Amino acid sequence: MYWNWKIGGPLLGLTFVLAVALMKPIGVSTQFVILDAMIADWISPTVVVEDSAAASGYASSNAYLNKSGGKYAAEVANPLNYSFVFVLSMVLGGLLGRRFQPRLGKQPKIRQLPAAHELQFGHNTMQRYLLAFCGGVLVLWGARLAGGCTSGHMMSGMMQTAISGYLFAAAAFATAVPTAMLIYRREE
Amino acid sequence: MELILAIVLGTAFGFVLQRIGAADPDKIIGMLRLTDLHLMKTILCAVGVSSGLLFLGMAAGLIDSSHLSVKESYTGVVVGGLVLGVGWAVSGFCPGTGVVAAGTGRRDALVFIVGGLIGAGIFTVSYVALKETAIFDSLLGGKSTLADTGAYPSLLTGNGTLVAVLVAVFLIGLSIALPLRLRKRRADSDEKRDNNPLMPRH
Repeated sequence: MYWNWKIGGPLLGLTFVLAVALMKPIGVSTQFVILDAMIADWISPTVVVEDSAAASGYASSNAYLNKSGGKYAAEVANPLNYSFVFVLSMVLGGLLGRRFQPRLGKQPKIRQLPAAHELQFGHNTMQRYLLAFCGGVLVLWGARLAGGCTSGHMMSGMMQTAISGYLFAAAAFATAVPTAMLIYRREE
Repeated sequence: MELILAIVLGTAFGFVLQRIGAADPDKIIGMLRLTDLHLMKTILCAVGVSSGLLFLGMAAGLIDSSHLSVKESYTGVVVGGLVLGVGWAVSGFCPGTGVVAAGTGRRDALVFIVGGLIGAGIFTVSYVALKETAIFDSLLGGKSTLADTGAYPSLLTGNGTLVAVLVAVFLIGLSIALPLRLRKRRADSDEKRDNNPLMPRH
């Protein structure tokens, strides 16, 4: 059982306001780049280097990590920063949310394949993984081009009445709705 | 202190996303197919509540406007949103809900995250080439808002708190007015067709 929107909506809204009141607006997709760069820097330690001339104290051979005075490069060099730990903690939040989900009797095993997927494609785990993988590539590529995702643009952005937030939300739904209707068209 | 806040707020955010069903691809796909708009109502209500509380909080001096971070508008916001929308519908995850879903024990969410790391990596590497195009050129005043925040240019002049509260009331009203489904199940429309002599039978 999930929360009714009358409870879930205000609580989700409150989370976003608390985050901005105490720290800054919530955002997630940047941390995928940060983790990528941490892995790249681990393989080849010259990706991020200390640079006293940069505003952040760090520089990178990659133009994206190096932008805004090496802001991202500094986060790569210091994994225990607010934004990265925030996203890691979301995993724990998901675990606890499911653990304490109101239920009748014993917690049933999580349904690994979405019902919509089984209805359309049958019990095909590899195909689900393929769709999840391709979806992941498109979602994060798009989010980085847009400069934010559902959290940063749609929720945090629209909360601040940012024009970019409204633009992003309109664009995302404009393709998501027809795509979902086309791919998952079979009904029970 | 910052890290404690990161853990508390991150955990709370993940917890709430799981409890509203946002980490469940079936709820996302149902919303996008317009057959189960429960999550849409939750999101509209959340944006309305957060917008209203944020601007009221700033007016009351409880929230410092220096904490705001308004993102720039440019062509890439729209193009990126369009691309993200396709992936969102295909997978039933977005970056945040994918991370939370991995925490609930979903294996497809882990696969989504691996795909996401590759997508983000492709973007990071291709940024130099993209930067040369017009895709990052500012639109609509760049870092602008609808309601005046005192920290960024706004499209509407006048009392920012009032504008934001009106927007909030509109969004919350929309969340209440929105039906739980916009499209009927095929079985329902078949029945309608069978009862309507003007509609072709199949």
